[in-house]
Amino acid sequence: MNRLRILDHVILLIGVFVMLAPVVLAFTTSSHDATTIHTQGLQFGWGGHFAETYEEVLTKKGGFTGEITGARMVLNSLILGIGFAVGKIVLSMMAAYAIVYFRFRLGTLFFWMIFTTLLLPLEVRILPSYAVMTQLGLTNTYTGLIVPLLASATGTFFFRQYFRAVPEEILEAARIDGAGAWKFFIDILVPLSRPMMAAIFIIMFVYGWNQYLWPTLITTDESLFTLVRGIKQILLVWIGSQIPDYNQAFALAILAMLPPVLVVIVFQRWFIKGLTESDK
Amino acid sequence: MSTITITDVSKIYSGGVRAVSDISLDIADGEFIVLVGPSGCGKSTLLRMVAGLEEISEGTVSIGGRVVNTLDPADRDIAMVFQNYALYPHMSVRDNLAYGLRNRKTPKAEIAARVAEAARMLELEPYLDRKPRALSGGQRQRVAMGRAIVRKPAAFLFDEPLSNLDARLRVSMRGEIRQLQRRVGTTSLYVTHDQLEAMTLADRLVVLNGGRVEQIGRPLEVYNRPASTFVAGFIGSPAMNLVQARADDGALHLGEERILAELPHRGPVTLGLRAEDLRIVPANAPGAVRFSLTYVEELGAQRLVHGQCNGQPIVAAHPSEQPLPAEAALLADAARLHFFDTQSGRRI
Repeated sequence: MNRLRILDHVILLIGVFVMLAPVVLAFTTSSHDATTIHTQGLQFGWGGHFAETYEEVLTKKGGFTGEITGARMVLNSLILGIGFAVGKIVLSMMAAYAIVYFRFRLGTLFFWMIFTTLLLPLEVRILPSYAVMTQLGLTNTYTGLIVPLLASATGTFFFRQYFRAVPEEILEAARIDGAGAWKFFIDILVPLSRPMMAAIFIIMFVYGWNQYLWPTLITTDESLFTLVRGIKQILLVWIGSQIPDYNQAFALAILAMLPPVLVVIVFQRWFIKGLTESDK
Repeated sequence: MSTITITDVSKIYSGGVRAVSDISLDIADGEFIVLVGPSGCGKSTLLRMVAGLEEISEGTVSIGGRVVNTLDPADRDIAMVFQNYALYPHMSVRDNLAYGLRNRKTPKAEIAARVAEAARMLELEPYLDRKPRALSGGQRQRVAMGRAIVRKPAAFLFDEPLSNLDARLRVSMRGEIRQLQRRVGTTSLYVTHDQLEAMTLADRLVVLNGGRVEQIGRPLEVYNRPASTFVAGFIGSPAMNLVQARADDGALHLGEERILAELPHRGPVTLGLRAEDLRIVPANAPGAVRFSLTYVEELGAQRLVHGQCNGQPIVAAHPSEQPLPAEAALLADAARLHFFDTQSGRRI
């Protein structure tokens, strides 16, 4: 029994090591200066340049035009992540509400049409999407950054399943209590869906935050660059014999990891609740 | 408070299935009507048509003299109690009670007063700020009742409200519902499949079978004079014994046994006998029919004796303290016999 438990822990520890070691390594390396990293490779020890590197990354204007700071990129990433997650939740809840609670002509057809968009992620339709955004004049805007990403069925599908599990009698009781379609949605369905909303928020925030291809395509104005994009930007700056700012790249990578981790930690309880138990 | 009039109401589903056929029913102001029948008899469908949750295919329903066929449930001035209570899980008990009133733009002070009154009546005061999941089944049921009461509707509609409770709680809630309805005097329509619940609650009960009314009457009327073999078999526990017999020249033939009886009818007949109307006597008693015992159920106050007369199963009640004769026979009071047409099952 006891030996088994030790073995369990050894396995778990190996897992933890495999998962966390690269992150820790990136973090410790980011505290060294660029020259050390360039000449001696990755560093396990503490370098002592932590404060200055991070301050520089967050505040120093960089990039091609010298207009963008790390802080600005963090902000852009937050706008993308939160805007995407919130937009997705609002859209998919309303779509799922229509599909589940209203019997309209071709309702099933519409559901399957929405559903098939699962087979068409942005990467597949990236050229037409780009063409549409260009013609609408939405390149280099937050709208252009967020809206095309919203068009996918994942959220609608989750909410549809969730709403279908809400007992019919609650709808009937609400109807007798004089709640119309809008009131039922706002007063009953939205509060009941809170755990599901949190779960979807996490998934979608991380998804939006980690977007790389679409932001690269749609934003050429550096003031709209996101963090994930910025990391690459730093490594590309190889002017003359200058060494790329490896330390800054690592620092940005660490910074890019933080918000998703925080979101998961904060929403974890809700996340599990939303995906497993139901409050209905 | 008001009357409910149901006139020739039918429910026909697409595909032509008639779930409810031509039901007419006049419910007086303040009356407690119970719709009772086996599952699938259309009782819930009828109730839901009155509530407005199900469209009325044919006929009219009026509440308080106003035809409500096309009105929304909210505009029919009714309140409904559901089997699974259908409380709003994210709202406190207080909000659950107040929700319907708020939607009707009732002044805040009045909402508070009515919620307080209902909470006092149902002894829910300590639980007003709890969520439904922190309540027991009986308490949830009370909240569901409270939600109906605060509205002061023209009618209460109950859809098997006690089915989710355990047996002991069901009996006590049954009593509470009856007392509460007497106190507030609201016209009530109550659906159940439990004949005991129907008997104890109803002013009048409506026995439904296959979407049609079998009988409407006061509980004792229905018990004492069931209109058909279906009602006879459904109301009362144990179910009435139904025995195939033949009638001719002033006597009833049960196989080779012959019982003297005044009958206006000749030919095959179904004889109905309540277990408690039968007496078990020694086999040599005059006028008795031989009864071969198969087994005995002890109920405490009495025992139910299962056996056969001429190959037909019969249950008879027998006091617990009296020993059973080794060779038994049955005697019945001629006035307590029920006769039904063998073909149609209707009472003769």
